[in-house]
Amino acid sequence: MTVIFTKSKGLTELETHYCPGCTHGIIHKLVAESLVELDLLNDTIGCAAVGCSILSYNYFNIDMIESAHGRAPAVATGVKRVHPEKTVFTYQGDGDLASIGTAEIVHAAHRGEKITTIFVNNAIYGMTGGQMAPTTLANQKTTTAPNGRDVKHCGMPLKVSEMLAQIPGAAYVARVSVHSPKAVRQAKKAIKKGFEYQMAGIGLSLIEVLSTCPTGWGLSPIDALLWLEENMIPYYPLGVYKSPEEA
Amino acid sequence: MAELRGTVDIETDRCKGCGLCTVACPVKIIIFKANSVNVKGYQPVTIQDPASCTGCGNCALMCPDSVITVERSSRKKETAHV
Amino acid sequence: MSRTLMKGNEALALAAIKGGCTHFFGYPITPQNEIPEFLARELPKAGGVFLQAESELAAINMVYGAAATGARAMTTSSSPGIALMQEGMSMLAAAELPCVIVNVQRGGPGIGSIQPSQADYYQMTRGGGNGDYRIISLAPSTVQEGAEMMLGAFDLADFYRTPVFIVSDGMLGQMMEPLDLPEKISRNLPAKDWTAVGHGGLRKPNTIKTLALDPVRLEQINNRLQDKFARIAEAECRYETYKTEGAEIILCAYGSTARIARNCIDLLREENIGAGMIRPQTLWPFPNRAFRNLTDSCRQILCVEMSCGQMVDDVRLAINGRIPVSFYGRSGGIIPVPEELVRQVKLILGRK
Repeated sequence: MTVIFTKSKGLTELETHYCPGCTHGIIHKLVAESLVELDLLNDTIGCAAVGCSILSYNYFNIDMIESAHGRAPAVATGVKRVHPEKTVFTYQGDGDLASIGTAEIVHAAHRGEKITTIFVNNAIYGMTGGQMAPTTLANQKTTTAPNGRDVKHCGMPLKVSEMLAQIPGAAYVARVSVHSPKAVRQAKKAIKKGFEYQMAGIGLSLIEVLSTCPTGWGLSPIDALLWLEENMIPYYPLGVYKSPEEA
Repeated sequence: MAELRGTVDIETDRCKGCGLCTVACPVKIIIFKANSVNVKGYQPVTIQDPASCTGCGNCALMCPDSVITVERSSRKKETAHV
Repeated sequence: MSRTLMKGNEALALAAIKGGCTHFFGYPITPQNEIPEFLARELPKAGGVFLQAESELAAINMVYGAAATGARAMTTSSSPGIALMQEGMSMLAAAELPCVIVNVQRGGPGIGSIQPSQADYYQMTRGGGNGDYRIISLAPSTVQEGAEMMLGAFDLADFYRTPVFIVSDGMLGQMMEPLDLPEKISRNLPAKDWTAVGHGGLRKPNTIKTLALDPVRLEQINNRLQDKFARIAEAECRYETYKTEGAEIILCAYGSTARIARNCIDLLREENIGAGMIRPQTLWPFPNRAFRNLTDSCRQILCVEMSCGQMVDDVRLAINGRIPVSFYGRSGGIIPVPEELVRQVKLILGRK
């Protein structure tokens, strides 16, 4: 008998504060496993953002820097420009990256910063109690759009991967999901690629991970996986939007 | 395809009872443990028919809290997820 | 280095390189653009990294990231850009990250003017970012002094693990004066074993953070920071006095205004009016002790600023009601002339 799955060495012993069924836990695991498999754990610096994942520095077994809301790509730029030989990543939610931090991620991509960004898109602001995010779907109910997102009033949801893929400095842009074992396996491949491309020094890698927020959505964790598959994937298609192989 | 057999170990006290593993299991042998509450106040899961476990690892793959360890015996070489 | 005529902004940039700056992140804004332009040319030649950020907001966060990994990082801006950076400054102070930040002050509030002012005194001493924190605030009044302060600023920041401001203004930034940069005298600095550089499998992970959800823990952190600020206040307070012996009226001014006040004092002395000056060289820690040592001859204090009155608050606190404190200022980027200060002093003293 060989152990084929156990808790990654890239994660600490601490139990996470995330809600039951929150897919942050899955994504943390995929990042941690990728770093261990690529033997990058000792030389990685993570930039934590503000959102439910603000405490991610307690869960990753690496040196980490807390960043102000939205600023992680700028902080990561500072880190990578000082230590280009280290592996640097940001881990951001949809408020952090798609709202307050949109300038920072666009310009980090524009400059071709050799960092990896894990963008957790769950179409809502989880930490602060379920408000509307730029990625909230049309007619989706949130605490600040109680009758559902009115696209005439506040615009259509923002498609980050499509937007960033146009930037020359963005080397690898992929959208994946974690709603099923098959999807999780694909997500792991994409995240690992994001770190491999960083090691190759090509440019910015961004992996957008469609995720659930059972608490914010008012659904059970299992129902939330279904909701993601039925509602988010049609609007946010999975796939590779930019790849060094194509370029 | 090589026949897979597996064993699953669940750290019951760290389980948050989210149930993602129960739907991920292809042979449906993971269930919520009846009348059970763990030290965190959640209803943990348990394996009801260990002999049927194929060692696919889907449960551990989906577990957000990494409380599941899966061992597998098979002739097929597999990269471990550690 | 031999004596050279240099523009204030460029002198600061040169001194930054000599002082050990390794990384600069900044955004253009008048009247300080000569600093990033000089560093864009010269910092890479000295083995450093220059990067123009997309905004001041990004720049201060790049400084934060670089400082967190042990670099000697710096940014420069002017008043409205500094306002944008306040969030970052609170983060830097809270995370105890060393760095140097230059403010070449211009008229405000809002977009204001591009002329010199001193209307950021509150920003430079009272924070402007959230929470209880202090940042060492150095205020030169000549090109030479600015360069010397910059030369020691990175060591100062590293010594206390805290940000350091250099408070300049549009006039000091643009004027050209002789510069004779001395050799740098290095401080004995502690090892930077707290940085986030990758643990190498040799130690527990380092985390740079400012969040502390447990109130007991956050109070402990605040108390520890306050202890540090008290040590800085004790050891790093700097000021200069000019003709204060037996003076009847003491002017208080810093930066460019202090030069004008000095000329005003010389003019008054020619008319046998006993005027002197206390010139803070650190705005924080403010030189309270200078105001405690005043002789009995001093009957009036006049605080002069290129603002509507900000440092005057600290003067009043330091004097604590013992002597009347007046204020004279110009705003909008207007620079007062010595003669108008002379008139003001005579008005206060009831002389013609």
